[in-house]
Amino acid sequence: MDFYITAIMLGLCLSSMSLGIFISMKIFNIPDITTDGSYTLGAVVTAILLTAHWHAAAIIPVVMACGAVAGSLTALIHTRLKIDALLAGILVMTGLYSINLIVLGRSNVPLINVSTLFSKIHFFSNQGYNDALAALLFIGIILCIVTFILKTDFGIAMRATGDSPSMTRSLGVNTNTMKIIGLAIANSLTALSGYLVAQYQNFTDINMGIGIVITGLGSVLIGDALISWWKIRSILWQLVVVLCGSIIFQMVLAVTLSVGVDPNLLKLVTAIFVLLIVSIPRLKLNLRQ
Amino acid sequence: MIELKNIHKVFNKGEANEVVALHNLSLTIQKGEFAVVIGSNGSGKTTLLNIISGAELCSAGSVTINHTNVTRYREYHRSKWIARVFQNPLSGTAPNLSILDNFRLAALRTTSKKLTIGINDAFKKQVQEKIAALGMGLENKVEQPMGTLSGGQRQALTLLMSVMDNTDILLLDEPTAALDPKSSNVVMQTADTLIKQYNLTALLITHNLKDANQYGTRLIQMAEGNILRDINSAEKTKLQLQNMFGWFA
Repeated sequence: MDFYITAIMLGLCLSSMSLGIFISMKIFNIPDITTDGSYTLGAVVTAILLTAHWHAAAIIPVVMACGAVAGSLTALIHTRLKIDALLAGILVMTGLYSINLIVLGRSNVPLINVSTLFSKIHFFSNQGYNDALAALLFIGIILCIVTFILKTDFGIAMRATGDSPSMTRSLGVNTNTMKIIGLAIANSLTALSGYLVAQYQNFTDINMGIGIVITGLGSVLIGDALISWWKIRSILWQLVVVLCGSIIFQMVLAVTLSVGVDPNLLKLVTAIFVLLIVSIPRLKLNLRQ
Repeated sequence: MIELKNIHKVFNKGEANEVVALHNLSLTIQKGEFAVVIGSNGSGKTTLLNIISGAELCSAGSVTINHTNVTRYREYHRSKWIARVFQNPLSGTAPNLSILDNFRLAALRTTSKKLTIGINDAFKKQVQEKIAALGMGLENKVEQPMGTLSGGQRQALTLLMSVMDNTDILLLDEPTAALDPKSSNVVMQTADTLIKQYNLTALLITHNLKDANQYGTRLIQMAEGNILRDINSAEKTKLQLQNMFGWFA
């Protein structure tokens, strides 16, 4: 049972990243691979500042700012130098690996005797419940903020940028600036996932971000499938469904492991699972024709 | 008022496929004038429109709008004066956004998009009233995604969106090219009404000579990147459709 609770917790912690990928991929139509780097960046900054005895809450703006810088760098390379977004993301991600390693100082930093976000809440006697409450509150606040931003006039301009760039420009919106702001927001959300996961698992590892973008993409694709299936139009509910997608994704991985699949095959299973989510709607379409 | 002076536009300069799209073109369109631009493919009509809107910057020459030199202004900057309707109905609207969201963005064309929620009941009612005037029965569907509407409906709504905010200039790039005859009529009549009602300076590109004859207060024929014929209001009313066909011989 604990096994599944851990999966749900991980899904919650990673859902901030899923919201970020939902913004970059679904709203801006940009495949953003910076994620691998900015997720680790968030965890690295968290580890360094926590061991320097910063308060867990004080770290949040720093983590978000670092993620935002990484995201805007990708967007700047993409918009100013006219380099493909995918390549721009890969470049920034690759560069970030070295930066993360330099900042962290070594490949792994344990966070055992430090006061984390999760050790601050003592509502229940069971620490597992406290962890869940902390994660839920944290994600709930993020969800409200992102929903609010997307509903404002500025948010409409953001959503229009990915949907119809020519119209958006003719309505007085600098779409390049919008993309920079959008990827900055997306990657600061991703960095927040790094912040949460590092504290939840009590360590930061330089390799923890490798392939994490697939997890995020998978979560968004699950969410997206449900959104079009249930024809959800409300922004709040769309984001909630994406959040659930993140939890479902982790649950599927947990089930896979619990039925005895070799943990070494986990990345392969992840890739195949994402492939399945992407292909099932298409296969169905082919059958109908 | 739009003033173009000695406009040159060259694509792929210095390369084998160099194209001179506009060649030393000068044109002044007065406030409230509705100019219809005709011409063969490749005569530079769309480039002319793009130079005015700022989607393309000219290689040489100057563009002035209401006495402000906007030659180096980008499209999103010139939107302070200019509203556009595109040839492709998909380009002028955002398909996955609701009709209401589309109108909200259009209502903010000349101002900044702030971090406040602007869609409220009053705004919704205002949009519904405007849409009801079209008589298409769309006023109760404002929460629907724009993409669920037909091309004709979307073009008509794009026209309405263009007057949601202060507009001086309306640029119409073959707005009816993708539409059936009935929808074309509705869109052209809506455009004509709005241009008169808001006293807009308008520029319409069309391949439909009947429309060119019927609408507008000035007729311009382009050829090889410059103006071949420029016919004023008085002469235009006397112009016979049959004579116009001869221009393309």
